[in-house]
Amino acid sequence: MSPKTLYDKIWDAHVAHEAEDGTCLLYIDRHLVHEVTSPQAFEGLRMTGRKVRAPEKTIAVPDHNVPTTLDRANAATMTEDSRIQVEALDTNAKEFGLHYYPVTDVRQGVVHIVGPEQGWTLPGMTVVCGDSHTATHGAFGSLAHGIGTSEVEHVLATQTLIQQKSKNMKVEITGKLAPGVTAKDVTMAVIGLTGTAGGTGYVIEYCGEVIRNLSMEGRMTVCNMAIEGGARAGLIAPDETTYAYCKGRPHAPKGAAWEAALAYWKTLYTDEGAHFDKILTIRGEDIAPLVTWGTSPEDVLPITGVVPDPASFKGGKVGAAQRSIEYMGLTAGQKLSDIEIDTVFIGSCTNGRIEDFRAAAEILKGKKIKEGMRAMVVPGSGLVRAQAEEEGIAQIFIDAGFEWRLAGCSMCLAMNPDQLQPGERCAATSNRNFEGRQGRGGRTHLMSPAMAAAAAITGKLTDVRDLM
Amino acid sequence: MQKFTKLSGIAAPLDLVNIDTDMIIPKQFLKTIKRSGLGVNLFDEMRYDDDGKEIESFVLNQPAYRDAQILVAGDNFGCGSSREHAPWAIADFGITCIIAPSFADIFYNNSFKNGILPIALPQEQVDVLMKDAEKGANARIEVDLEAQTITSSDGEVFHFEVDAFKKHCLMNGLDDIGLTMEKAASIDAFEAAAASARPWV
Ligand code: SF4
Repeated sequence: MSPKTLYDKIWDAHVAHEAEDGTCLLYIDRHLVHEVTSPQAFEGLRMTGRKVRAPEKTIAVPDHNVPTTLDRANAATMTEDSRIQVEALDTNAKEFGLHYYPVTDVRQGVVHIVGPEQGWTLPGMTVVCGDSHTATHGAFGSLAHGIGTSEVEHVLATQTLIQQKSKNMKVEITGKLAPGVTAKDVTMAVIGLTGTAGGTGYVIEYCGEVIRNLSMEGRMTVCNMAIEGGARAGLIAPDETTYAYCKGRPHAPKGAAWEAALAYWKTLYTDEGAHFDKILTIRGEDIAPLVTWGTSPEDVLPITGVVPDPASFKGGKVGAAQRSIEYMGLTAGQKLSDIEIDTVFIGSCTNGRIEDFRAAAEILKGKKIKEGMRAMVVPGSGLVRAQAEEEGIAQIFIDAGFEWRLAGCSMCLAMNPDQLQPGERCAATSNRNFEGRQGRGGRTHLMSPAMAAAAAITGKLTDVRDLM
Repeated sequence: MQKFTKLSGIAAPLDLVNIDTDMIIPKQFLKTIKRSGLGVNLFDEMRYDDDGKEIESFVLNQPAYRDAQILVAGDNFGCGSSREHAPWAIADFGITCIIAPSFADIFYNNSFKNGILPIALPQEQVDVLMKDAEKGANARIEVDLEAQTITSSDGEVFHFEVDAFKKHCLMNGLDDIGLTMEKAASIDAFEAAAASARPWV
């Protein structure tokens, strides 16, 4: 047999049907559903009298619209549109018999945090969700990607997806990371190099010593943003770190089933000599703490840098950079560490896990955020929130002056009441800095949780290493 | 998806060119969580006044056409935004066949996905059917997808073209999901094999 990549292996294990032109029906092991992209899909099932083929493999949780304030049990805190979408998910989950984590459940949270936390996501699986950041689950060595509403309906009805295979890309991060440099910086560094379209048509496998040394939380952060580089999915081969994370989770296998699963998972790696269509290698030592200056996730620079001159770009990017700088209210040549901010958001499916909060709390311990700063920390799930409270981390945030919120997507995309006002500038740990992403006219700088904590203290984009 | 084979129904004449999807379903109705229920807002701005009262002169408000199943319209039907809400609204109203000299591309494809047969005919033939439709409830137009013919109330027969695959899907009520369901045996077999190979999934 010719050597296979990890992606090849997972793909081959899930082809339920292959047509002559190579179009495949890919079997889906886990289907995650949230309130925004699913209502019409369920409606479609009703109109055609179809059922959910595998409700036991379908997991629903509201996250995008839900308020994160402590009074959210009061439905009046939601806008009418949001309330209707959340109610629709409630009805659909119950009627079709899905695994469901309603707003009132402590396990509720951002769908991509809940899935792994509950042991739904396991190595070697295919995982889809009507959400582009489904790539997160690739951290387990599962093939995970986002789909559209019509595909959501297709998966609900058939438990398969009509797919053409992508190409293989390898991203290797060698060596070690310097102090103050995190998984977020790694994934941003990759996008900075490939650009937002560099991964288009590919599934990326991240590997190398740096990746091996990351925790599962860190690996999820890396894979989460694979989509920002245009890739269909990001993958990391499972290893002892993965198994240790999965073991004992509510929906992970137990006993003999665990042993059988483990034996299978150990076959999930890229064979020696397997072919990659594209390879990128980065030295871990070369990665500095990064921030974005513009309105595309590829607009990354080390915090020690300056706002670039649009004229230094090539082709169509000149105009885009000009527009970005104007939108962001910056001037070329300005030191990044001189940029003043008024809002800090720590959370999202990129950085809303316990380890992210530990890293931020480490910087915040015994300190206060800059006066007048609006700072919020939004746990990725109710369980992350509970754990942070137990570890005393929540108190560090509160003492520093942060708002300690309930779980949800929150200010990652501003579909709920957590939004930036026009002109407000935010240090955010989320994944998209698009125009208006966090609210109309809002300005977003992406960075790691530790960097966001540092910015909260000084009121400016700050090199976290100066506070360590 | 609803099958479409034969239809004998009342045709509503809407003699306008460039009917765009904004006219078919204005954007304030896109926040819905449903694709059903849009029928009442079909052609909303042409159909209701500012107070929400029906505008009598609009064709679908006239008694003869309230149950129309066919729409005869002008050139370039369905242009503009790609919103699938447009065919959803049309189908929800009960119209499953649209006859026009030409259609916008996306709308044309979206129609088939929603059980609607769009038929493009030469202008002169559309003119004949438009006149026929104007006769109101007395004139039923017959559409036979199998034979690819339209028969006017006077018995005049017009032949139309349709892509063979699209025809197959529509006649059998097959959307993407329907087509995949035709491969249910493969999925069943895969599921059974996977259940023994990876029982923990
Ligand atoms: S946290 Fe942000 S990126 Fe993640 S699922 Fe929610 S809205 Fe999407």
